[in-house]
Amino acid sequence: MSAGGAFAAAFADLPEYLGWHVVLSVTAVLLGISLSVPIAIASLRSPLLRGTALGLASVIQTIPGLALLALFYPLLLALSGFTRAAFGFGFGALGFLPALAALTLYSMLPILRNTIAGIQSVDPAAKRAARGIGMSDGQLLRLVELPLALPIIIAGIRTAATWVVGTATLSTPVGQTSLGNYIFAGLQTENWVFVLFGCIAAAALALVIDRLIALAERGVARRSPSFLIAAAAGLVIVVGASVLPLLANVATQPIVIGTKSFDEQYILGALIEQRLGAAGFPATRRDGLGSTVIFDALSSGEIDVYVDYSGTLWADEMKRQDVPGRRVVIDQMCRWLYSTRHIHCIGPLGFENAYAFAMRRDRAQALGIRSLADLSRLAPHLKIGGDYEIFSRPEWRAVRRAYGLSFAVERQYQANFLYRAVASGDVDVISAFSSDGRIRQYDLKLLGDPKGALPPYDAILLVSRTHASDAALIAALKPLVGAIDLGTMQRANLMVDRSTDKLTPEHVASMLNARISGIHR
Amino acid sequence: MIELRNLAKSYDGQSAAVAGLNLTIATGEFLALVGPSGCGKTTALSMINRLEDPSDGAVFIDGSDTRGCDAVALRRRIGFVFQDIGLFPHMTVAENAGVVLHILGENRESIDSRVNELLALVRLPPETFRNRFPADISGGQRQRVGVARALAARPAIVLMDEPFGAIDPLARDRLAADYRKIHNSLGLTTVLVTHDMTEAILLADRIALMREGRLVQVGSPHELFSSPADDFVRAMMDTPRRRATALAATMAQA
Repeated sequence: MSAGGAFAAAFADLPEYLGWHVVLSVTAVLLGISLSVPIAIASLRSPLLRGTALGLASVIQTIPGLALLALFYPLLLALSGFTRAAFGFGFGALGFLPALAALTLYSMLPILRNTIAGIQSVDPAAKRAARGIGMSDGQLLRLVELPLALPIIIAGIRTAATWVVGTATLSTPVGQTSLGNYIFAGLQTENWVFVLFGCIAAAALALVIDRLIALAERGVARRSPSFLIAAAAGLVIVVGASVLPLLANVATQPIVIGTKSFDEQYILGALIEQRLGAAGFPATRRDGLGSTVIFDALSSGEIDVYVDYSGTLWADEMKRQDVPGRRVVIDQMCRWLYSTRHIHCIGPLGFENAYAFAMRRDRAQALGIRSLADLSRLAPHLKIGGDYEIFSRPEWRAVRRAYGLSFAVERQYQANFLYRAVASGDVDVISAFSSDGRIRQYDLKLLGDPKGALPPYDAILLVSRTHASDAALIAALKPLVGAIDLGTMQRANLMVDRSTDKLTPEHVASMLNARISGIHR
Repeated sequence: MIELRNLAKSYDGQSAAVAGLNLTIATGEFLALVGPSGCGKTTALSMINRLEDPSDGAVFIDGSDTRGCDAVALRRRIGFVFQDIGLFPHMTVAENAGVVLHILGENRESIDSRVNELLALVRLPPETFRNRFPADISGGQRQRVGVARALAARPAIVLMDEPFGAIDPLARDRLAADYRKIHNSLGLTTVLVTHDMTEAILLADRIALMREGRLVQVGSPHELFSSPADDFVRAMMDTPRRRATALAATMAQA
């Protein structure tokens, strides 16, 4: 894919991504203002409340944005479970609400701090005069303190708005579409045009909103209504233009497809979307969801379809540590999913994306390593690289126990850099994914697992309880079962991953779809 | 009529700022409360409109105990002119002058016409000054707005806390003379706090002299001159003449 093609692909998604980004950011800042200003006012007479509020807001500010957003998902899920049990209604814990809650909290510190500082900086002579001529506390606040503090309060709102627009790009993993979708998808598929596009769009939006608030600020300072009207009109235009494309989609109730944040998942997500589209089902995607978020979301019906891997659910959700055969794992898992969550397994796609350990072929040969068993003696002299998850996963504990592995160094990498790290010799061994195209690209050797410490990881198509008995939907997806072998998936992944002549996940998905439809015709 | 009965104020742990003040100010009278810095005169003044509440004793206005009034309502009935002027910087001259009427909930037209009257009364032509901001006018003009603001709700009583202290001498003398005329024509009762004995003698009907929280002597300027209660009163009353003599001697040498 040429840079121009990538740019056109990015531009096609702009109305949806930008629309959600604006709706999310503006709502969060408005909510932040309506919470922070009253708290700041209440705290003027109570040093205790002031200390508590400012302290809490500062602590929240030190939590990395990604973690804060991720924390709100389980929190809201638990709360929704509680309200459903207690009052008979729940709410969507995925997407908008957790993102909104986290961003609102994020916006509060500068507004809170500036409102307090602004009111405290009002000239004592003006305050004494206000009391002396007979203003009540409320009139003092409304007629004197707030108007005089307003420029400082607005400066705080500007800071908050810039932070929120930037941080909102991190709401993609909790299922909220935003300009962050470009960045997450681009990082995973090494599509730098997408990454840049997302960054620049977010920066431009932050700049526009900042300038509009600055205009309002000048209007306040000069007491010029025309500036205020211009600023308000500008905000209305930005918000309105962003929301309109979203409204067009509100009427339909689409099937929601979830994907985790790596290339293979984007391809499979696009493939599912194309098949559903062809069968007349409107579908949308929630891309780049966190690994546990996506399963909870399917359980609660917030997403309808996604592909997970048998070993992941086996270890994470079923807490199983034994490793029976491939077919047994699938059967037991599907029974367990149906009986505990009413999730329906449509079936395995035909390939495994297993946790596997890989080395450069020449390095493995030189050291005489063919399987994990050969590593136990040499591990203390070797360096291992892994993705962000592996070293805290049960699979890693099982492998270490089975083969007595203890490496000299453990390093964590983002997936793209992981394969490069082993290819360049920065580390000797990596935790790889067996269907990853880069295993072919870098000619890596996958190490055998003679003791069977790792479970199988068949890709399995799952449907939520809402659509478990939707025959037309299942018929549209059924042809995918058993239709993709490991080699096909590796080649498909490589087309997206490779650094030259890249294709978009959608493009690769349509090639796969054409092949599958050909098989079944 | 304002009566201070055994009025006292002490801040926690400190010696009394004001102790056992008994003073009656007749309706229509112009009284100057004079004394050195820290003698408690501003505190005494602030207790009349309950900007501060007494620790002991009470203030009666026209026979009724102010402790029974709502403090905010009381302050709206009494004009107050501040030492540091205290205009609201984000409001125009007209808005500042009319602010008391605004908080009393009067309608816009009546506030507008009253503000024009007030500005004319303090000799600031409304058409020139209405829409200016405090930052754009001189100190003397600002305090004229301060006086207009104090008079807006037609109070019977005006309290002034060192109102002319921060203004340049020429503007100060003109404003002081103008205010005395306004006092007479409107039939106000004025209590003026100052440490400037010349100003007190020139403006006031009676002078109440304070030292260390206590009232030392009350009377017309002439009474305080002719029969001072002690050396402090004599020294205070003699200040203007002593300065005039020194000034004349300096001029003669030149």
